[in-house]
Amino acid sequence: MSQKSGEMSEQTVWMLAVRDDRNKSAFAALFDYFAPRLKGMLMRGGLQASLAEEVVQDTMLAVWRKAHLFDPHRAQVSGWVYQIARNRQIDVLRKERRPIPEEMRGDDVQEDDSLQIVALEQDTARLRKALQCLSPEQRTLVEQAYLGDMSHSELHAQTGLPLGTIKSRIRLGLERLRRELGNEQSL
Amino acid sequence: MSSIRHHIPESLLASYASGELSYAFSMVVAAHVSMCAECRARLVTHETVGGVLLDEEHHSTVTSGLRSRVLDMLDTPQPVRPAPRRMGVFPGPVAEALSYGEPKWRRLGAGVRQTVLKRSDEESVRLLYIPAGQAVPDHGHNGLELTLVLQGAFSDETGTFGVGDVEVADDELEHTPVAAEGDACICLAATDAQLKFNAFVPRLLQPVLGI
Repeated sequence: MSQKSGEMSEQTVWMLAVRDDRNKSAFAALFDYFAPRLKGMLMRGGLQASLAEEVVQDTMLAVWRKAHLFDPHRAQVSGWVYQIARNRQIDVLRKERRPIPEEMRGDDVQEDDSLQIVALEQDTARLRKALQCLSPEQRTLVEQAYLGDMSHSELHAQTGLPLGTIKSRIRLGLERLRRELGNEQSL
Repeated sequence: MSSIRHHIPESLLASYASGELSYAFSMVVAAHVSMCAECRARLVTHETVGGVLLDEEHHSTVTSGLRSRVLDMLDTPQPVRPAPRRMGVFPGPVAEALSYGEPKWRRLGAGVRQTVLKRSDEESVRLLYIPAGQAVPDHGHNGLELTLVLQGAFSDETGTFGVGDVEVADDELEHTPVAAEGDACICLAATDAQLKFNAFVPRLLQPVLGI
């Protein structure tokens, strides 16, 4: 876990130590950070405590086993973990396999570029700030949508999440992420 | 891939990221994202929003045994769901739904064929095979219909759709898609309500054919 720190968040440092060195104490740190938050999200989504813990377990084991797929140039650790947990949550709740996209081709893993990684983290910090500027009502809606129960039939696909009104704020600062992803896939 | 002009609407991507979207629409989103760097980036943006909110989620203490159990399991090999892989014209999530076998096409007449991937009262998702130059019967639908082109192209009253393009048709649109000349058109089509065909006979056949 040595030279990789720089200004990276500790979650990123832990995740890279898990990915590159299979470092178990870094994994334990990730567990201690994410497990209570994941359990909070899953229980908010209606899972009983014991089932929520099963999903936490599956998610954290997937973090360990899929670590080689984590690319800090195009994803934040928390977003990456979020997506793994959400997939698992849906599989459990709906008892069917949620369709998921192919992994990006990118077996030729690029060298970690800490400047770029930190830049993405700064974009995310701006996003965090934008989310903090929401009114309490908007914040509640967004939290319900992203962390809550996934079976809100009144949130019809066509009207979508209550995101419409705040979309421009959410878009703040993530252009770099888009460029990054666009460049890589068009190689 | 950069020739894709018709993308997944933002609201659907957000609904997919948050887990709200039905199986049928999720299939179309996952298939399109597999083919489209731009929508993949937009999807990751929504996942980043989810991650930021997760960072700030209130803590719910986990039972003491969970941590040691998980740490003990790190060295135990366990099957991981493999990432879906592309098979010919079929993007990974579609190939996975086909169990990596060829689609079992069923004839609908006039050379049009379909393979149902999933059908329930609320939703359906299927593959359509339309010979070059052939029209699909004029139809409207009760809800939203998403059509993703996997091979060839089709045109209707709203425009032309090539490989990777998604048409989003709501119940206002009554359209007659016609496959372009050249390769047969293969599409992935998802609806959130049973299609209602305008032409009399196809409507009679709807329950029989399951379209």
